[in-house]
Amino acid sequence: MSVSSPSPSCQPSSIGKKVVMALSGLVLVGFVLGHMMGNLLMFKGPEAINAYAAWLHANPGLLWGARVVMIISTIAHIWAGILLSLENRAARAGGPAVDATRRATVASRSMPYSGLIILGFAIFHLLHFTFRAVALGDVSFGDDVYKMVVAGFTRPLVAYFYIISLLLLCLHLSHGVSSVFQTLGLRNERWRARLDRLALAYGWIIALGFISIPLAVLTGFLK
Amino acid sequence: MVQDNGKEITLALKLRVWRQRRGQPGAFEEHSLAAVPTSASFLEMMDMLNEQLIKAGKDTFAFDHDCREGICGMCSMTINGMPHGPIPGVTTCQLHMRNFRNGETITVEPWRARAFPVLKDLAVDRSGFDKVIQSGGFITVRTGSAPEANSIPVPKVIADEAMDAAECIGCGACVASCKNGSAMLFVGAKINHLNILPQGQAERDRRTLSMVKTMDEAGFGNCTNYGECQAHCPKSISLDVIAKLNRDYLRARVKEFFSSTGKPSKGGD
Repeated sequence: MSVSSPSPSCQPSSIGKKVVMALSGLVLVGFVLGHMMGNLLMFKGPEAINAYAAWLHANPGLLWGARVVMIISTIAHIWAGILLSLENRAARAGGPAVDATRRATVASRSMPYSGLIILGFAIFHLLHFTFRAVALGDVSFGDDVYKMVVAGFTRPLVAYFYIISLLLLCLHLSHGVSSVFQTLGLRNERWRARLDRLALAYGWIIALGFISIPLAVLTGFLK
Repeated sequence: MVQDNGKEITLALKLRVWRQRRGQPGAFEEHSLAAVPTSASFLEMMDMLNEQLIKAGKDTFAFDHDCREGICGMCSMTINGMPHGPIPGVTTCQLHMRNFRNGETITVEPWRARAFPVLKDLAVDRSGFDKVIQSGGFITVRTGSAPEANSIPVPKVIADEAMDAAECIGCGACVASCKNGSAMLFVGAKINHLNILPQGQAERDRRTLSMVKTMDEAGFGNCTNYGECQAHCPKSISLDVIAKLNRDYLRARVKEFFSSTGKPSKGGD
């Protein structure tokens, strides 16, 4: 008896879906870092952030290239995430009557939920600052991104929603970033703890970097 | 554990045990058991319960067991939510009643996973694992006369690593503990055991692709890196085998994608 070659199938394998999850996640992980660093220009003053926004819009190739990659990655990430969650729920068949979790973290167990809330947040965020369709009132800000952001966060409820969503992003990243390495086969018992710490640190850097802006507006530091 | 007067300490226990017939919904049954010696294994405690049921003219509980020395992988049971019970690194047969308290209520369930349907009570059908092994968990050798054992040298480091993976007894606790019902720890252990040895090289890629495909078809879930499997494995197999399985699978898929057809393309140079 010899090992027969498996026939190629259109159905993606379990590991295949995980790789889609990891690679699309990696694109999003890179995106949030770039986005966060760009946002921090708010602290350099209106000229800096407005010039950055103008520069982005003056390079439609770069802007739209990034947008297309982002849209594809986001759709792939959501598609794989939903498929994995549904399949896994069915495979578990209810699970034991007594829950006795030994090491699965809160972050790992809440990935579908933190992910869905972050998706909801991302849609709101696009409607808020990209399409300028919600929560900004009737004021037209034109090219003044600085003024728009400050006006956007002067509503405490909006600012709190941003802060909570970004803390959930930190939670999501603390499991996701480390899992990328496991899925791509680049992790072992020695590196596991280090990568977990790295992922947590990355999550906090991203979240705190983003949160600093609504917080600065709420406290009146940015006006 | 022996008291001063030489009499062994015994426990009175309340047991909630899963009762189920094949293809029918199951439910917990409550039983009391007196005078369980602390030196008894969990399976011996279950034997006591069954003897009590036989004396009362009732149906016994079916459960899997064989060697009762922790190496065969037959015993199962989810004890208080934990496959193989509360002590890490042991099988149910090596779990002793001294780890429980007098008067305690113990919940005993079968492995819970779609791929492991209940046969009766606490015994589940683990043939999904057999199918995975049949699809590639072996090396192809000439049979009839056994090959010379030392004709292929195996470096010590490789032999140790393969042995660590080969420690897997295929009990299914990884699937039962996984919140996704995933068999990645089992498949990872089996694939690592063979894929790193020189004897396993010829069929390495085909083995990896084939075993993963069979694993998916058998209805196991997908790994999402909870790590519960490692924490509940009676042989403490580490998540390393899953990372290496992922790596080997990716390598095999890339090689398959760019595999040579052996012929020049039509109209080509």
